[in-house]
Amino acid sequence: MPGKPIVEARGIHKHFGALHVLKGVDLVLAERELVFVIGPSGSGKSTLLRCLNRLEQPSSGSVVVDGVDLLDPRTDINHARQRIGMVFQSFNLYPHMTALGNVTLALRKVAGKSRSEADALGSAALARVGLADRAGHTPGQLSGGQQQRVAIARAIALEPRVMLFDEPTSALDPELVGSVLGVMRDLRESGMTMVVVSHEMGFARNAADRVVFMDEGAIIEEGTPAAIFETPGHERTRAFIGQIQRH
Amino acid sequence: MLQTFFNLEIIEAAWPIILAGLGNTVLLSLVVVPLGLLGGLGLAMLASVRKPWVRWPLMAWVDFFRAFPPLVLLIFLYAGLPFAGLELGGFACVCVAFFLNTGAYYGEILRAGIDSVPAGQTEAARSTGVGRLQTMLYVVLPQAVRNVLPDLLSNTLEVVKLTSLGSVVAMPELLFQARQAQSLTYNPTPIVLAAVIYFLMLWPLVRLLSRLENRALAGRG
Ligand SMILES: Nc1ncnc2c1ncn2[C@@H]1O[C@H](COP(=O)(O)OP(=O)(O)OP(=O)(O)O)[C@@H](O)[C@H]1O
Ligand SMILES: [Mg+2]
Repeated sequence: MPGKPIVEARGIHKHFGALHVLKGVDLVLAERELVFVIGPSGSGKSTLLRCLNRLEQPSSGSVVVDGVDLLDPRTDINHARQRIGMVFQSFNLYPHMTALGNVTLALRKVAGKSRSEADALGSAALARVGLADRAGHTPGQLSGGQQQRVAIARAIALEPRVMLFDEPTSALDPELVGSVLGVMRDLRESGMTMVVVSHEMGFARNAADRVVFMDEGAIIEEGTPAAIFETPGHERTRAFIGQIQRH
Repeated sequence: MLQTFFNLEIIEAAWPIILAGLGNTVLLSLVVVPLGLLGGLGLAMLASVRKPWVRWPLMAWVDFFRAFPPLVLLIFLYAGLPFAGLELGGFACVCVAFFLNTGAYYGEILRAGIDSVPAGQTEAARSTGVGRLQTMLYVVLPQAVRNVLPDLLSNTLEVVKLTSLGSVVAMPELLFQARQAQSLTYNPTPIVLAAVIYFLMLWPLVRLLSRLENRALAGRG
């Protein structure tokens, strides 16, 4: 199954002052691969994800996405980021814009589309997440699940090669989680390469090619969902899996 | 009493002078408010650059001009700078003084507004490739301005009142013209008239401000 690598993060270290948050992390994804990242709070999952689009500048290491070296100072980071979609736990929709406005901002201001082109692409992206009829609504008029789907539409409208999800469902009421996971499943079926930080074990079991367990800034072990969930090799992994399954 | 403070004949005689003053006060406000906002916007945007070599000079600048009485600043520019060979006209002095003084105030208000916008907003925009400046312009500032609208309006009210300082450098604005009319007519009526005009001009703004403040309180509660 694995094709050629599309995300190659190697030897990533990240310090926040005296805090050593990532301690030499390697994460490589083949095209169309879906990798799940799990681990205790504070283990560095978000920081790692944010290094993959340079929202966080690694202290050392290298990050190459879709052939572009993100840490090379000559790289046009704004251009590179259009190929790397990101979805946040708290949605981060622009509250003063409609759903369509949220989706088309980058299309118009960065991708250089005209308003009508951007509106057409934006409407198509909203339709893909099942919200064609909500284009004119502001985030305040949408449920959490709908907001997160608009946030996904905002990212996929730019036709990224990779999507990063940072706990996309943990701010949602349980009954709204399914709709967001459904959209993520569709994305996966369309062949999107995805890195997902989440504790949705059911989704991981069905959709993930690989599960990565992190603790204290390092990858402790990785493997297929079945391997990590049923027969973890490390005591720390076992303890963590046991903990989240009790919830 | 009415003869002294609200003499109709004198009002009639002074009216054209006062009206010219009112016109100039409005014009002056239309120049110094945008000027101060522009200066404030520059300061506030600089403040979002979190580098010590930007931060410290910026803080010193803002503190200095907020602590410096605007009247003293204006008189210094008008009467002090000529000794250094720099002779600005009254209008230019008022513009510079307001740019420095009210710019510092607007700057602090806008900075607070920008700080009130969650970092996630900027991160979301940057993650889609929107540049730093455009993120500020399209994502952060609209929310920032909305969050500090009452403060911005309140400061604007102060700025319009402060335009009366122009009278000390012979700007023919409302107060200056009223003083002229007073000395021509030997009667305080023109001053009273100016006061009434200031009130009528600013009262709608004050009302609007109250409504905004009440709405902000209700929104918070
Ligand atoms: N900007 C920052 N400045 C200082 N410390 C930070 C910063 N961002 C993260 N950290 C610290 O780095 C560590 C890892 O944080 P991170 O958010 O990556 O963990 P996480 O695995 O995503 O945790 P969670 O499951 O709670 O989201 C934590 O100790 C956190 O406090
Ligand atoms: Mg996190």
